[in-house]
Amino acid sequence: MRRWLIRRTGQAVITLAVAVLLMFVLMRAAPGDPLTRLSGDRALSPAEIAVLRARYGLDQPLLQQLGAFLQGLLRGDLGASIEYGRPVTQLLAERLPASLLLGGTVLLVNFSVGLWLGSRQALRRGSAADRWLTVVSLIGFATPSFWLGLVLAWLVGVHWRLLPPAGMHSPLLDPGSGFLANGMDVVRHLILPALTLSLVSIAATMRYQRGAMLDALRLPYIVTARAKGLSDSRVIWRHAWRNAVFPVITLFGLWLPVLVAGSVFVESVFAWPGLGSLAAAAVGNRDYPLLMGASLLASSLVVLGSLLTDLAYGFLDPRVRLS
Amino acid sequence: MSAVLEVENLRISFPDQERHRFYPVDGVSFTLERGRTLALVGESGCGKSLTSLALLRLVPAPGRIEAGSSIRLQDTDVLSLEGEALRHIRGRRIGMIFQDPMTSLNPVFTVGDQISEGVRAHFDVSRSEARERALRLLQEVGMPDPGSRLKTYPHQLSGGMRQRVMIAIALSAEPEILVADEPTTALDVTVQAQILEVLDHLRATRGMAVLLITHDLGIVAGRADRVAVMYAGQIVEEAPTAQLFARPSHPYTQGLFASVPRISGPVSRLIPIGGSVPPPTAWPEGCRFRPRCPKAFEKSELPPPLLPVGADHRMRCWLAEDAPG
Amino acid sequence: MTAVVDTLRRAWQNPRGRAGALVLAGVALAALLGPPLLPDPVAQPDLLHGVNLPPGLGHPFGTDQLSRDVFARVVSGARVSLAVSVLAMALSITLGAAIGLIAGYWGGTTDIVLMRLVDGALAVPRLFLLLLVLAAWERVPIGVLIVLIGTTGWFATSRLVRGEVLRLREESYIRAAEALGAPRRRIIFRHLLPNTLGLLLVAATLGVGEVILLEAGLSFLGLGIHPPTPSWGGMILEAKEVLVTAPWVGVFPGLAIVITVLSADLLGDALRDSIDMWRA
Repeated sequence: MRRWLIRRTGQAVITLAVAVLLMFVLMRAAPGDPLTRLSGDRALSPAEIAVLRARYGLDQPLLQQLGAFLQGLLRGDLGASIEYGRPVTQLLAERLPASLLLGGTVLLVNFSVGLWLGSRQALRRGSAADRWLTVVSLIGFATPSFWLGLVLAWLVGVHWRLLPPAGMHSPLLDPGSGFLANGMDVVRHLILPALTLSLVSIAATMRYQRGAMLDALRLPYIVTARAKGLSDSRVIWRHAWRNAVFPVITLFGLWLPVLVAGSVFVESVFAWPGLGSLAAAAVGNRDYPLLMGASLLASSLVVLGSLLTDLAYGFLDPRVRLS
Repeated sequence: MSAVLEVENLRISFPDQERHRFYPVDGVSFTLERGRTLALVGESGCGKSLTSLALLRLVPAPGRIEAGSSIRLQDTDVLSLEGEALRHIRGRRIGMIFQDPMTSLNPVFTVGDQISEGVRAHFDVSRSEARERALRLLQEVGMPDPGSRLKTYPHQLSGGMRQRVMIAIALSAEPEILVADEPTTALDVTVQAQILEVLDHLRATRGMAVLLITHDLGIVAGRADRVAVMYAGQIVEEAPTAQLFARPSHPYTQGLFASVPRISGPVSRLIPIGGSVPPPTAWPEGCRFRPRCPKAFEKSELPPPLLPVGADHRMRCWLAEDAPG
Repeated sequence: MTAVVDTLRRAWQNPRGRAGALVLAGVALAALLGPPLLPDPVAQPDLLHGVNLPPGLGHPFGTDQLSRDVFARVVSGARVSLAVSVLAMALSITLGAAIGLIAGYWGGTTDIVLMRLVDGALAVPRLFLLLLVLAAWERVPIGVLIVLIGTTGWFATSRLVRGEVLRLREESYIRAAEALGAPRRRIIFRHLLPNTLGLLLVAATLGVGEVILLEAGLSFLGLGIHPPTPSWGGMILEAKEVLVTAPWVGVFPGLAIVITVLSADLLGDALRDSIDMWRA
């Protein structure tokens, strides 16, 4: 078990290293000089460009640039944002909590509602409810998150005025108001972006859980459990469900890239102050260090998520845990 | 001699793709007596496993038990039970052991959990009391080092030990009937004998009735009191074990014996039965063994009833009419 | 080849697969034949009186803030979206099949190196890979966009193909062919590739839906197809400004995406079920 843990962690580190290399190469391989895009209103003089090139190390050979980049990375230094003129790590750290709140909420909804609905579908396989849920979840899966976000912001936020259509805090809220009032305010802002991301991603969970549950219900130990005289609910929710949940845990690792990418769109539509909207803004401003930092963080989250998934799987499934 | 279980004219049907129903089990009757073992013998596909599942009303959907069938547990009509009443039969009146102890045990729960779960499903006892009983059950089925086995998971045990766990689960609610569906098929030969010993021992000490379902005539001798041979959804011959072994009468039973190697007696050639069991969607007309039967004659085109061939010995073959009764 | 034909036929017998195929065919047909029959999607005919008209007889989907016919633009956008996604998908599938075959068939160090690369690439969300490259362009040429989307989409397919090749290599007929000294080329093109066609077909169909969403997302971020060329994502971006006063400008291109992607997914699902049935 310990050796497996070490090997799996080593694998994650290698994966991340490959990802970092890939991102670096991609960005430098892109045509044109990042600085030409910096010029803004006026053209830079050759002298100015030379100074800037030296400042960002762009006059060095590619390998040296990579070396400098990696050295910075190991020190936790991702450079300074061009747009904001502040360290990238600082900007990312500021935006991380909002993204974790949104992403965590979506994961929670996907896990609870998705697993529940998927299991119900399996238990009533072939029924009208099963078919409708499949179609509805597939529609969600086919819907662009930014468009759904815009439609919800317009309908619920602007037209019906039920919930705030943008931001994380109400500007009208008295800054001195208590923890509860602040919390409720954030929750009200959270509902629409979380709903949007959940709707477009829940289909995967439901479908996976439905299949896993159908598989589990077919296994001989289910007959054993029934033959023991256990109640239906105990057979279903204890014996079948416990086994059906394992494959779904692995899905967690597959969701993360989807959620991270989805949050770029949803956060910018709802002006949610997280990493996604930061990345979208970095794209708009051609703020390379910031974009690179956001991509790095996104990849780290993905690798970490898949590592944690595997570890959780190993911990929960006795067949893996004890071998 | 008291009957604890009476099965009468059991018919189980499934729909085919065109929604016509076919009958994998078609009119099976037998009686189980306290402290006795009845062996139900037949090739795979003859309907014997489905018969055993029907006793607990566990026939998988879309199969159903047809009207006119009857399963009686002493005073209880099993086929009229629903919900909670049905649950009280399962495990409590009839315990069940399945063929493959690997897939029939839940991989994510410990052995102890799975046994005590059966105890607590039927008796209002504390967790620790259920645990105690699970331990005693493991001792009873001859599990080595039962105390520490309670905390293990099925995949950590050998095949024989898993089957002992299965038996312990089947016994957990102290049923009066034990149904063992091919309990030794998945096991090594040496382990087979041990498991059969355990079953024999339990029958003797607990006075249970045992329904032993097998394709292997070899394990029936010396263990079962009676044998019922099944073919194509029907019982084709039934007799006390000694009688059946001394004078197998149905051509199918004779074929089974001819294809079983004997350890004692003169070495004779093994003669397999020609052809194979027809699928339940296409049981032959008349006598169902007719297409494979070396002794088939004109009358075989009519379906034979169970006819007496001796004292307490019946078979489903028209040849019985000529036999000295 | 008969296996592929069989797969297609069974998918066609599945009502949901058939619905998906029919709708997809309808969208493709409209994209091919529609634009010449419809108003110019780029010209701005009447900036004085024809702006933000609600859906009506003359303009079934209304007009946008530049007085262009939204229906004509949605149909014209289908052309762009389908062309980009089908071509990019073809590139992805080819790359994925080639690299999966190489990794699975050659094995050893080649396999390890390739799969480590794939692991690393899969760790970066595809959107971020594209953002990093696309941010360098002021206006990315459509050909480059197709190549970029195509080259970032083969990772998962190569894994799939590699797994299938590893499975197939254990089959007796391939072992026999190897034992008889059949050349590699023959084993790969006669035995391995045809057997992965079904898988590739499913991956391609489901991938088309994914790429339509991706291209729309990039255009929405201003990095994909650039105005005035109509694309569904770009139209939604432009519609943001008039969302409250003229919601139809943004609603219809979004619906077009949903319907097209849903059809591709339904067809892909039917194909997968059909392959599973064939294997069982």
